[in-house]
Amino acid sequence: MTGAAILRTEGLHKRFGDLHVLRGIDLRVAEGERIAILGSSGSGKSTLLRCLNFMELPSAGRVFFHDRPVGTEETRGGATAVRYRERDLAALRRRVGMVFQSFNLFPHMTALENVMEGPLTVLRRGRGEAAAAARRQLARVGLEDRADEYPARLSGGQQQRVAIARALAMEPEVMLFDEPTSSLDPELVGEVLGVIKALAEEGRTMLLVTHELGFAYHVASRVLFLHEGRILEEGPPERLMKAPREERLRTFLARFSEFSF
Amino acid sequence: MIYQPDFTDIVANVDLLARGAWLTLSLWAIAYAFGLAAGLVLGMVRTAGQPLMAWPAAAYVEVFRNTPVLVQLVWFYYAFPVLTGLQMSAFTAAALGLCLNTSAYCAEIFRGGIRSIDAGQWEAGRALGMTYGALMRRVVLPQAVRRMVPAFTNRGIELGKMTAIASVIAVHELMYEARLLSANTYRPLEVFTVIAVIYFVVIYPGTLLSYRLEARLGRRG
Repeated sequence: MTGAAILRTEGLHKRFGDLHVLRGIDLRVAEGERIAILGSSGSGKSTLLRCLNFMELPSAGRVFFHDRPVGTEETRGGATAVRYRERDLAALRRRVGMVFQSFNLFPHMTALENVMEGPLTVLRRGRGEAAAAARRQLARVGLEDRADEYPARLSGGQQQRVAIARALAMEPEVMLFDEPTSSLDPELVGEVLGVIKALAEEGRTMLLVTHELGFAYHVASRVLFLHEGRILEEGPPERLMKAPREERLRTFLARFSEFSF
Repeated sequence: MIYQPDFTDIVANVDLLARGAWLTLSLWAIAYAFGLAAGLVLGMVRTAGQPLMAWPAAAYVEVFRNTPVLVQLVWFYYAFPVLTGLQMSAFTAAALGLCLNTSAYCAEIFRGGIRSIDAGQWEAGRALGMTYGALMRRVVLPQAVRRMVPAFTNRGIELGKMTAIASVIAVHELMYEARLLSANTYRPLEVFTVIAVIYFVVIYPGTLLSYRLEARLGRRG
């Protein structure tokens, strides 16, 4: 395995009431890795991603950031539980960027203001500095000419590119993409994937939950296949996607090629 | 015989009415300012997801929303001193009652407004590393307040009219002066007509102001 581990999980579980979504995930994300997470809906792939930046708190197991465990273990009345302080989680999230399926841009701010918001209020940069940096990020996603538009006046693809710029403006060490193209019209998917591919080519560390198998195949350095809350199979894309060992993965891949032409 | 209106007594006592209108305006301004500020705090407490704090806030809101404001004013003026030995002035008792009552209603407006903001907005802010306070101030409240303006306008108008209740505990505001004047001059038609006009003149500019605010906020985003 190459590079130091930025993120690592040990025996990660997540329950929502009676629903046991993650059932013991051990994952190591090394610097420069581009990990695609595949799986049918309900397999836990989005939940796994959301546990990495604590949008969801793990029910059991630990997450390590640069080999330091996140959260503090506390023993009360014989039982040990991990306590997550909001302050510690905020510090982690500053260094882990996330892009959502539904963009979640701030509708009362222009594209530029959206991208400036993190540096301005979280990193406490000056206005001029934050604006200049935000313009650079918008240029990177090809939207410098839409800087002063409100999100409502942008297409879905443009909104998602602004959302990517907003995450990048924090200069994160890892990017988490949670089905970034799933709510886009098919003809807008390409522009967003293009931006993500460019980031991959810069050597950026990223995890990507996606249904775009072709994209995963060409961009990922490693692919995970999740099934019922466990990593059922993992490996380099050529091996995993061309010669899958698990029957479940074979059926999963077959469903996608059923209507290819 | 056709009734002959006579406004001479009203004109002669215009200073009384002006003083009354001033007290009405004062009660209104104090209760509205306090109500908005305290309502914001209460509304945030009720949405922050801390049951130990949310429960007392909810109890406070329900007590003040589900009892008549008339009873509240009278209680602060006549019952509170019995309980504590502290007699406050009629104006203080009226202001206090209106403040607390208005804060309870405003708390509900804030709570509804805050809860109307999509969960994705919270997630986007938290994913950037924003704290609860920063998220509230920069993301949630700016969007929520926009949706709340009509409700706050409504509350403001209600409150402006509600101040008339203070006349019951002898606060010399507009309604009290009107009743006094009407009793002394036997001119209820003239007096209460003029009073109604004064209320309108005092309250309506506030309504106009809020329409303009609504339009201005609506232009952005």
